[in-house]
Amino acid sequence: MDAIILQVLNGLDKGSAYALIALGLTLIFGTLGVVNFAHGALFMLGAFCAVTLSRLLAISHETADPTRTDFLGNPLKVQTPYVEEWFGPEIGGTIVEWSVPLGILFAIPIMIAVGLAMERGLIRYFYKRPHADQILVTFGLAIVLQEVIKYFFGANPIPTPAPPALVGSLDFGVMIGFDPGSIIYPYWRLIYFVFAAILIAAVFAFLQFTTFGMVVRAGMADRETVGLLGIDIDKRFTIMFAIAAVVAGLAGVMYAPINSPNYHMGMDFLVLSFVVVVVGGMGSLGGAVLAGFLLGVLESFASMPQVTNVVPGINQIVIYLVAIIILLTRPRGLLGRKGVME
Amino acid sequence: MLGLNKKDTSLFLIVVALTVFAPFILNPFPVGSDLAQFNAGYPDLMQRFLIFGIFAIGFNILFGLTGYLSFGHAAFLGVGSYAGVWMMKLLTMNVVPAILVSVVVAGLFSLLVGWISLRRSGIYFSILTLAFAQMSFALAYSVLTPITGGETGLQLSLSDPRVFGVSATPQGSIPLTNFFGLEMRDSAELALGGWLFTFNAGYYLCAVLMLAAFYVAIRIFRSPFGMMLKAVKSNQQRMQYTGLNPKPYTLAAFVISGMYAGLAGGLMVSMDPLAGAERMFWTASGEVVLMTILGGAGTLIGPVLGAGFIKYMENIVSKINEGILHTWFGFLPDGLEDFVVAVFYPFVGKGWHLTLGIMFMLVVIFLPGGIVEGGQRIARLFRRRPARAHERSVGAPSSSAAE
Repeated sequence: MDAIILQVLNGLDKGSAYALIALGLTLIFGTLGVVNFAHGALFMLGAFCAVTLSRLLAISHETADPTRTDFLGNPLKVQTPYVEEWFGPEIGGTIVEWSVPLGILFAIPIMIAVGLAMERGLIRYFYKRPHADQILVTFGLAIVLQEVIKYFFGANPIPTPAPPALVGSLDFGVMIGFDPGSIIYPYWRLIYFVFAAILIAAVFAFLQFTTFGMVVRAGMADRETVGLLGIDIDKRFTIMFAIAAVVAGLAGVMYAPINSPNYHMGMDFLVLSFVVVVVGGMGSLGGAVLAGFLLGVLESFASMPQVTNVVPGINQIVIYLVAIIILLTRPRGLLGRKGVME
Repeated sequence: MLGLNKKDTSLFLIVVALTVFAPFILNPFPVGSDLAQFNAGYPDLMQRFLIFGIFAIGFNILFGLTGYLSFGHAAFLGVGSYAGVWMMKLLTMNVVPAILVSVVVAGLFSLLVGWISLRRSGIYFSILTLAFAQMSFALAYSVLTPITGGETGLQLSLSDPRVFGVSATPQGSIPLTNFFGLEMRDSAELALGGWLFTFNAGYYLCAVLMLAAFYVAIRIFRSPFGMMLKAVKSNQQRMQYTGLNPKPYTLAAFVISGMYAGLAGGLMVSMDPLAGAERMFWTASGEVVLMTILGGAGTLIGPVLGAGFIKYMENIVSKINEGILHTWFGFLPDGLEDFVVAVFYPFVGKGWHLTLGIMFMLVVIFLPGGIVEGGQRIARLFRRRPARAHERSVGAPSSSAAE
């Protein structure tokens, strides 16, 4: 029993990332009808927003510390971040340590700008072109974005730690009556899951309970009629693209401590996220989220030793296997609507 | 000639001439000159031009004709490579059985994958092929290690039980791949003045097979079967209404392109008997998509040009470093030189992928027909002027005849 709970928990954080990226992909597909292969790159850009912010905050200059001396008896020179100098060592130090959560604030305007630039500058010219062209041009864009990041940040993963207060693990087993040490779960992964859940809930609430969201949903159902009612639906869809970019970016920011950002992390996630979208049903927001968590949990179950001993290698292929089976038996995916992409 | 019309015959003859004289054409700069690094006329790279040319021609039969975008074609190349190495390990170092078995095994595998994937179309088909390729990659990398060599890849060893041949040469090394005794590594060199040209046995074997593959592709494009494939691309529903079942045609196209990929894989291990799982990774599938689109999907010569272009960039442009840029722009004043070098540097050397991505995007946006369409547009530009002049002199303002 405790092993099962542990696997479910393990699957949740990866599943959260899948669900967030898949949600963004589906938002873009459902509104604009564009298959965005550059969505993984947006996830990666988000992670590098966190890296950039933590580097910016760590910009420091050399000061002499009169209280300490080096071995020659001179005052010791220490690197002090400017932030510490401005806000005092205590507040400044906390700001430096909390650079990843602060990255959320930093990433939102950047991702909005990137999203708007992408949609207005490139993707709007591709609405009328075939899906294959959309896939190809966004694939090219993903290559370009990832090479630009590689040029500035290098090819190696950049460790970006979580705030020290949140490092460590929660003994989850004790809380629900198991032996101590049986279910240990890092705090940050729990935070990631909660964060993802909040973000997903926010997107759904936005679509469900605001006038803007209502218009967007109407536009997803019948774009032409909404246009005939005198609503500038294109403008709203552009904003939805920016929102999807923000969702992907924030998923990336918070993922940075779990997996050190490198320039091809976006592509790795993109392939799986596409599988998730297809399994959930193209154009179905709920399906994307559901399939994201399901496949994440399934993947972690498949990597249990009890399973891999029976079917070796299943953990590597289970997601693809499920995708193939679902596509062949339930062509519209889990929650797909009729008439979408057929 | 050979059942081709006049235009195709001349195209085919041009390709024959280009491949036969490639060792000259690709080595335009004398050895030791500053520009010698742009010479692509060394056997290893020339072989790769042809092998990836075959791969792209095959991919184009599927994507260019039927419009089905497969994102998992590298799996067939990988499977073909493994089959080829196993033939060398078990049977003989002669490359003929290795290549034949590669083609057959890749064909069978693509039959299986195609039979399942072709139940869906559009993006679902792309995802299905991608899923199959990623599964093959993951399995080859982990569980199938006894067959595929896992992370290190499948290599020949001194203890291979080679039935028709020796496990090791008298000198105690692994025997070399050969074509009935002609070693693939054999090269003849010709020094003419400052130039050095290399004629490699393996290259010419690749050349013969590539030309055969190209010829078959032309015949397929011009055949009734090819017309059916184009019908699949333009309107599948209408095709069904007229009483034709598109599935067998698309499946045949899929298997043919899988066999082309297998041939490429078999040739790859014939030149260098080593097969690794990374050949099946989805980026490798993406590369062949890039090649085909860049050259011109649906055209005959496009994929070959695209393959040559990308491999040239990968091997030549990627070698340009900061020092070389400084020698090029040395004639500029110092500050300007540094500035120009700083501008160019991100796009060459290790950053060649950036150039590739930008070019690819530009091609998809402005030139959906790839390099071939670009060439046609330029040719039309030169042709149109005399035509217009003629029209004006006759005084017939008819709509453009060039279109």
